[in-house]
Order: sequence, then structure tokens, then C-alpha cells
Amino acid sequence: MSVTDPHFDVAVIGAGPAGMSAAATAAGHGLRVVLIDSGRQLGGQYFRHPAPGLTAPWLSKLRHGWSHFEQLAARIEASLRIDVLFEHQVWAIEPGFTVRTDRGPIAAANVVLATGSYERVVPFPGWDLPGVVTAGGAQALLKGNLVLPGQRVVVAGTGPLLLPVAAGLSVAGAKVLGLFEANPLRGYAKHPIPLLTNPSKLLEAADYARRFVGNRVPVRSGFIVIEAQGADSLEAVVVARPDGTGRRRIPCDALAIGYGLAPQIDLGLTLGCDHTLLADGTVALRVDTDQRTSIPDFYAVGETAGIAGVQTSIAEGAIAGLVIAGDRTGLKALRRRRDRQRTLADVIRTQHPIPPAWRDHLTPDTVVCRCEEVPAGAITEAVEHLGATDTRTVKLLTRAGMGWCQGRVCGYAIACLAGGGTPTDLLAAAKRPLARPVPLGVLAGQDQRNN
Amino acid sequence: MSVEFSFDDRSMTAHPGQSVGAALLANGVRSWRTTRFGGRPRGLFCGIGVCFDCLVTVNGEPNVRACLAAVADGDVVSTQVGDGHVASATERGADLTSDGRGDERD
Ligand SMILES: Cc1cc2nc3c(=O)[nH]c(=O)nc-3n(C[C@H](O)[C@H](O)[C@H](O)COP(=O)(O)OP(=O)(O)OC[C@H]3O[C@@H](n4cnc5c(N)ncnc54)[C@H](O)[C@@H]3O)c2cc1C
Ligand code: FES
Repeated sequence: MSVTDPHFDVAVIGAGPAGMSAAATAAGHGLRVVLIDSGRQLGGQYFRHPAPGLTAPWLSKLRHGWSHFEQLAARIEASLRIDVLFEHQVWAIEPGFTVRTDRGPIAAANVVLATGSYERVVPFPGWDLPGVVTAGGAQALLKGNLVLPGQRVVVAGTGPLLLPVAAGLSVAGAKVLGLFEANPLRGYAKHPIPLLTNPSKLLEAADYARRFVGNRVPVRSGFIVIEAQGADSLEAVVVARPDGTGRRRIPCDALAIGYGLAPQIDLGLTLGCDHTLLADGTVALRVDTDQRTSIPDFYAVGETAGIAGVQTSIAEGAIAGLVIAGDRTGLKALRRRRDRQRTLADVIRTQHPIPPAWRDHLTPDTVVCRCEEVPAGAITEAVEHLGATDTRTVKLLTRAGMGWCQGRVCGYAIACLAGGGTPTDLLAAAKRPLARPVPLGVLAGQDQRNN
Repeated sequence: MSVEFSFDDRSMTAHPGQSVGAALLANGVRSWRTTRFGGRPRGLFCGIGVCFDCLVTVNGEPNVRACLAAVADGDVVSTQVGDGHVASATERGADLTSDGRGDERD
């Protein structure tokens, strides 16, 4: 379906928890809303679910807070004021606003950006082998398709996402050989207040902990994966302390790895929204207490305003919906809830940095940019011998970060390798010209490497 | 109810609504692309349409993201070699001018 029709009061980009909540709230106040998603269902990452008819006895165990989803979905489906457009990828938003999708433009007076996040992974030898997947990717594969990435799985990296991923894989029948959290977790003890004021988080964590004991998943903190081994697909991973001691080789057929989530904010950056660097080196759109960005009538909710989990996404969507509708009832309570959750999210961020030692385990032929197949050695060469001192020059010299994913996957690594990961580097790496997909035909035209 | 499709001349089945990538993994296939420069095997990585590692050729159209595209009955899925133009053009026996677009129109 293509919308030539008029003007919507609100265009919500992304039908995850944040976007669903924004759309339902705005439409509930009489506004005309278009809710756009590149996928084929409501729910985003957290509430990803299999197509009708596809089920498994353990499916309900993958679901937390499912009633929140059902309520939001029911409000959206019952509303006559919401047009839901699936399989529409937004690739640019122009002032005014014109939302450009791969199926034509849409006009709207307000825009709510709810495009969520994607996972950050830093390179290590062998990370390009089939069988190595992101932790969230393993979760998406499982929740959306009921398929496992492998039978004998190692889960590693850092951050709270690793818990539900390991629990899910294990519930679905995979043998989870270990959960390796890079950071020591004792730091949380210094922040009892944010933890205690967010009891649902604690309960969810306790639930996972119980399941791990039940399913005997060994959990180790202070270990990272330093190598993935295999000929044409993954056969084993090597884990060690960041300094390389305590090495252990674990035969496995899948590795689910993630070093935290990064906001997906290209559409806002291209439009010129102010943004901000968070404690874990991710970049988020800057918002005020009403979820407004620096661009009038342009709002950011959920993960685009910084990773903070599903409940925050739902609260922020509702806040933006109310503010756009001009109804301030209930706003105070929502804001308080949001602020409490964001305080906890900020604590979590400080507890899960990427251990800088990932760089020490690279070899010259470790692929850093997966799209353009640029090895670490080429980047070192650009920095040490060709005098490149910033991300942009390294990109131009090596093509690293200039492939299909436009640097989403390797941007952080390149920023660290090229410039030492200073705030300037990290902010520059977040800036990308287009929100994709750059038509693949256009990229194909650039494909021939001219060196 | 199930979906029948083929991958490099092997016939396979999947559940309706599964992605091409999920269907391949469920059938024991771990990689379905070889890279443009090193000829290295690649399969699923980010699982949500961000990384473009999972590109595959479906019904002659290269550069389809296997983690997003739903598998359909009768689909002919084949390993994508490089940018997919050589392999898919020979498969189709013609259309060398195709740019493998299929995405943006505007
Ligand atoms: C792969 C992955 C798996 C995750 N799994 C879990 C989990 O199991 N448990 C957990 O607690 N947290 C998980 N998270 C964290 C999770 O993102 C949040 O808890 C929650 O889903 C955030 O809600 P949101 O609405 O802000 O974003 P999301 O739920 O990510 O929703 C964003 C939506 O925007 C759409 N979108 C993005 N860009 C565009 C575009 N350009 N055009 C059109 N549509 C677009 C996406 O298709 C998506 O549906 C996961 C994150 C990722 C990246
Ligand atoms: S696995 Fe990353 S785009 Fe499909």
C-alpha cells in the first residue's frame, strides 16, 4: 500500500514497544497516526513473535510482560485512526515532515522516532565465521522463527541482554556451554537505590537466575572471547581474561555475542538532531523531559534516546503521545517512572563497558570491517604509515565502514583503532549519510575496489 | 502446513512465516554467501537486517537479506557468490543488465 493521502498528525517510525505506545496514546486522543515498520509485525525486538500457526511447548517461557504487548496491540488494532504500514523501510526524514520510505513519501506534522537499537560487537579473530551471531540476533531468530543458531552454544560479551538470551536458548533446547560476562558484577553493589526502586528488573533477573540454576548454565564473569576457530564454520571458541590469562577452548557450533546495544538514530542525525555521548560510548538523541529532540515536533522515544529497556520504551512512547496531543494528565507520573528507569539504565551502562583489551587480541588478518573485508593490518597501516589520525581518513584509505552496513557493525571498532576512541571519534562514527538501505544497486556500482 | 523450497538444488521444508535464513539454519545450512574479495563463507550475523552479512540469492534476485525475507512456497534459494551478479545472471541465462535493486523506488 502506498500512502499518497494527506497529512497525518503523527508519523511513528518503528512499531516496537516505544512506537506502539506512542501510536496508541496519540490515536487515543483523536490524532491521525501512521505507524511504520520495516518488518511484518508489531512488537519490535522485545515482543518479537512467530507467525501465526508456528508454536512450541516452551514458547510462553520466552515471554515476559506479554500482556503489555497484547494490550498495546489491541488498542492499535481497534483504532480507526492508525494506519499501520508494514514492510516500509524509512530511509530519510525531511523537514516539514516528509518521511521517505522505500514505497513512497508520507507527510506528517509530527514525527516520533522509535527505531530501537542494534547490537555492538567488537572484532576478534574468527568472528566472521558462520555460527558466530549477535546475542540479540540469536534471540530474534529464536523468538521470531523458533530456530536455534546451533545446538551447543556459548553466550558472551557484556550487558543485561546476555541473560535472557542464554535463558531462551536453554529453554528452547540448546546446550548452553557457558555465559561469559566480560565485566565483574560487584559494581552493582554500589548502586542499591536504583536497583531497589525498579523491582520489576530485579524480579526478571531473579527469574533468569533461577532458570540458570535449573538448567545448569555455567556463568563466569571477567572473561571474554578472544578467538573463534573453525575452517568454514564455527568449531570452537577460546575464552580468557581480558589480559589473555586463564585461556580455555570450548568446542561449540554457535557463539551468541554482544557488547551492549547502540541506539539506531541515523534518521534523527541526518535531520540535524542534537545528540549525546553516553557512558558506554554509545550515542543517543538528546531529548527533554517531554521526549522532544532539538528539532521542533520531532520526538525520540525508547532506545533512540539511549538504551533503557522495554518499560522505559513504553513509558516514553506514552509521554510523546500525550505531549503531541496536548493532554498533560498523567504526564507527571509517567515522567517519574521514566526517570526512575533511566537512572537504573545509567547505572547499568557504567557497569558494562567494552573491555579495551579487545584490541590486544586482534591479529593483522582479523577482519574488522566485515562488509568490505578490511583486516586490522590495513587499518594499522593507514594509521601508522599513512598518517591517518581520524575515522574519516581511515575510512577513505581503507574503505572500512563504507560497505552495506554503513559502519553500523564496525563503526565503534574503527573509531577506537583510528583515533583512540575519543568522544570526537565516537560521535563522528555515529554520523552516517543515509538510514539505508542505500539501494543495493547503487552500492554495487561502488563495489569495485580501486586499489 | 509447510513451505517447500530449494537451496542449491536440495529440496527443503520450512514453516510459513519463517525467514529464509531461519529456514536454512533449521535445515542445517550455516552459510549461503561467499564474500566478494576473500571468497569466505558467511551466514546469519545480526539477525535483524542491520549487517547485510546474510545476503542470498532468492528466485534469481541477489542481495536479499535472509534474516528479513520470509521464505515462500516454491522459492529457489541459491548461494550468493560475491555481489551475486555473475551467479544469478548465469542462473537466469540472461538479464546481465539487472542491478539487483528491488529496494528503493521513491
Ligand atoms: C536484536 C535485539 C534483540 C533484543 N532482544 C531483547 C530481549 O530478548 N529482551 C530484552 O529485554 N531486550 C531485548 N532487546 C532490547 C530491546 O530492544 C528493548 O528492550 C525494546 O524492544 C526496545 O523497544 P523500542 O520500541 O525502543 O525498539 P525496538 O523494539 O527495537 O523497535 C524498533 C522498531 O523499529 C523498526 N525500524 C527500525 N528502523 C526502521 C526504519 N528505518 N524504517 C522502518 N522501521 C524501522 C524495527 O523494525 C523495530 O520493529 C533486544 C534488542 C535487539 C537489537
Ligand atoms: S543477519 Fe544482519 S542483515 Fe541479516
